Amino acid sequence: MGDCFPLCNAPVGHRVRVTDLQLEGFQRRRMLDIGLVPGTEVKVIRRSPIGDPTAYLVRGAVIGLRKNEASKVLVEEE
Amino acid sequence: MKNRCRSCASGALSVDVIMRSRYNVRQDTEREKVIALAGNPNVGKTTVFNSLTGLRQHTGNWPGKTVTQAQGRFLHRNQPFLLVDLPGTYSLLAHSADEQVARDFICFGRPDATIVVIDATCLARNLNLALQVMEITGKVVLCVNLIDEAECKGIRIDLDTLSQKLGVPVIGTAARSGRGLFELKEVLYGVAMGQIEPAPPPVKYDEEVQSAVDQLLPRLGPLLQGLPHLNPRWVAMRLLDGDDPFLDSLTECDCAFEMAAKGEMALCAQ
Repeated sequence: MGDCFPLCNAPVGHRVRVTDLQLEGFQRRRMLDIGLVPGTEVKVIRRSPIGDPTAYLVRGAVIGLRKNEASKVLVEEE
Repeated sequence: MKNRCRSCASGALSVDVIMRSRYNVRQDTEREKVIALAGNPNVGKTTVFNSLTGLRQHTGNWPGKTVTQAQGRFLHRNQPFLLVDLPGTYSLLAHSADEQVARDFICFGRPDATIVVIDATCLARNLNLALQVMEITGKVVLCVNLIDEAECKGIRIDLDTLSQKLGVPVIGTAARSGRGLFELKEVLYGVAMGQIEPAPPPVKYDEEVQSAVDQLLPRLGPLLQGLPHLNPRWVAMRLLDGDDPFLDSLTECDCAFEMAAKGEMALCAQ
């Protein structure tokens, strides 16, 4: 187990693994529905020119998340 | 079917027909079975819809294409079916407008069966919705679509094992070429006519939640008379969630049902 850090800090091109969600209620449900379940592999695809949002590859689908959403998804380096 | 609406000129409309008309479902005859078609966006729901009904609804590969439900008809073994194409959703538990249309229809539109279309190339992603629908109602047929595309990618899906684990019929289809559609209609017929009774295993929650659900269940029974296909355990979970939009829909539906059952409904489908 490496160190955990927020998904928004993962550099483009890196593959990381979800360890925990620091969200409650509706937002948490949303993330789980998208497929961001602990243990899921996420690839950082690209970041928009102004740095927000970022596109991630999650379980075969590309999903755009804003920084404030991605900051609450904890991941570790694979 | 026993409850007839007395305010209709003919008195011939059943509560089922009246309640469904609230969701824009206009049955040709009462014999017609109403089937809901649910699934994630871009799994080929509309292609399944078109190949079953022979219609040519517009399809496009962008989110939110199917905004309101489209409807079409087909005949199988001389039994008429009315198919309702719902908007694509990832979940039934969050609250976007699309999700609510899909959820309310599955819950209150009284479908005789629900087809959940899932994408064979990314099964895990799609099973989220399938499991949610199966928690609401047992009358589910799982349609694993794009099976041809999965084969091209070297993905093999053991449909029998999937069916055993989930407790519902699972059919592999490639709707574009028509593969598997006959089998789909066969099991759909079975489920809608009550010949096949799917039995998805109940979702297990921790003890605290479980005991709260058990306390609610005896009181829920009489309230859900009008919604025989709805799983009372799932409704109890929504009560515990404090899911307001769902509870509003439930209250509204229940009032309408009471009125329809007593024959006090002024506004009928005809």
